[in-house]
Amino acid sequence: MARGALTSRLVAVALVAVAVALPFFAATYYLQLASKVLLMGLLAMALNLVVGFGGLVSLCHAAFFGLAGYVLALTSPPYEAASIWITLPAAVGAAALAALVIGALSLRTRGIYFIMVTLAFGEMLFFFFHDTRVAGGSDGTFIYFKPLVAIGSLPLLDLEKARTFYWVVLGLTLAGIALLVVIVRSPFGHALAASRVNERRARSLGFPIYRIRLAAFVISGALAGLSGYFAAAQFGYVAPQMLGWHVSATALVMVVLGGMRTVTGPLLGAAILMGLEEFLRASTEHWKLLEGLIIIGLVLAFPDGVRQLFDMALKPHAFPALRRMRRPAVPREAGNA
Amino acid sequence: MPEVALRAEGLEKRFGGLRAVREVSLDVHIGEIHAVIGPNGAGKSTLINLLSGELGATAGSILLRERPVGRLGVHHRALAGIGRSYQKTTIFLPFTVLENVRLAAQARTRGGLRLFGSPERDADLNANARAALDQVGLSGRAEVAAGLLSHGEQRQLEIAMVLATEPKIILLDEPLAGMGTSEAKAMIELIRSLKEGRAVLIVEHDMDAVFSLADRLTVMADGRVIASGNPEEVRRHPAVRAAYLGEEGPP
Repeated sequence: MARGALTSRLVAVALVAVAVALPFFAATYYLQLASKVLLMGLLAMALNLVVGFGGLVSLCHAAFFGLAGYVLALTSPPYEAASIWITLPAAVGAAALAALVIGALSLRTRGIYFIMVTLAFGEMLFFFFHDTRVAGGSDGTFIYFKPLVAIGSLPLLDLEKARTFYWVVLGLTLAGIALLVVIVRSPFGHALAASRVNERRARSLGFPIYRIRLAAFVISGALAGLSGYFAAAQFGYVAPQMLGWHVSATALVMVVLGGMRTVTGPLLGAAILMGLEEFLRASTEHWKLLEGLIIIGLVLAFPDGVRQLFDMALKPHAFPALRRMRRPAVPREAGNA
Repeated sequence: MPEVALRAEGLEKRFGGLRAVREVSLDVHIGEIHAVIGPNGAGKSTLINLLSGELGATAGSILLRERPVGRLGVHHRALAGIGRSYQKTTIFLPFTVLENVRLAAQARTRGGLRLFGSPERDADLNANARAALDQVGLSGRAEVAAGLLSHGEQRQLEIAMVLATEPKIILLDEPLAGMGTSEAKAMIELIRSLKEGRAVLIVEHDMDAVFSLADRLTVMADGRVIASGNPEEVRRHPAVRAAYLGEEGPP
């Protein structure tokens, strides 16, 4: 076990080193692609806090993602760059507030109803930006300058440079991973998992389930907002599609593809999905068909997510499918409530 | 007179036109096991759910050591000192035995919902959890996934979890259901040990167990209390014989 933990730590360090060094050997195009992957990965990891760890399938996370992007667009002055110190907290705050309101209402429902209610709230925000003249209506609006990172008049970072932008996004992604790992391991994270596995038992032990779930939902929404802010800055453009259920569903696919029971699984899912699209789009006109088939194949081959490949390689004795051959299966988490 | 841990007064629960529980009053004392018996449909499980907060009472009051708790939700009542087991074992199946009990200990701890730190490395939590496992005799199974335990062990685990929340009163809903003879015997001894410093309310169909365990009995039929008292009084009570125990009489 100790050896496996050491190896996986080394693999993680190596991956981070490669990611940090990427700008030195990758073309700008791939750097931008990598930034996009990291941002979608951050969105998917944020979503996974409620989906994988909380057991709540939300279909409105694109709304938090897009809302933060819109806040950047709306708070940016037309002919100069907006200060990141004002627009970033405003964007993340708006996403968190939206998550608080939507979560407070939708967490009164369970299961399929929760999915439907979150979907409805997400679409509500989508149509708000689609059907009103706020920020260009269905056409969306441009963000001409990337946010300014400066103290006084002293510029610290130039986000217009693809390389700097990538490093900032990488730093945020790593910070997001660290934050999520701390949360998942904390007493709060254990209580969140307990309420997923058996809500009735968790409640009768004295855990305030509603508040725990709402807190997770807000943290998750705020992180989705963080991702959306930088995604909008990167594209230089926001449109209602950014809030649509399509983006929510894509993030959900990344979660399922990468693995729901790990923090970093969804990031891997994002890399696989977006890498796949990039590759297939260049090779064939019917790439959607192929992509779908490959996703189905991957999910069938790795029902617990592709992330489990790492665990299988590094800690074979801890791998449930291998263990199952020797021991009776641990009942799956259908719960007994 | 021993201290009253839990007092229900005039409890009433209506489901539409059905009065599942009607004007039930009872006291559960510290250091005693109070059994609620009655034929199927008498309202025993409804009563437990009213006491634990899973159902809201239509009328009546519930006092936990003189503090009214009738309007509190399940988790607030749990924190106030009401612990319960369910008719169907309700535990965290995929987690290990130790994790199950640690979660229970965590629930009532200050900082039990902190966003940092690790319950696994929390010495106090682990000590409390181990102590509860010791008490039910599951120490040797701490690292096993709860789903891999036998039925009897799972019920023991559920009781260990309740104990780890340090309740003042424990509500047990048919703790012996589905158990083999030897398992049941061990469970009866475990239940007997629970009343030390606590109050225990038990709903159970096994009459031998009930009469060997209970210090006090409440007999329900059709949602009503038809008799209450110590086992000897209840055994002799004519209404009980007629309504519940039939011609044979109790053992």
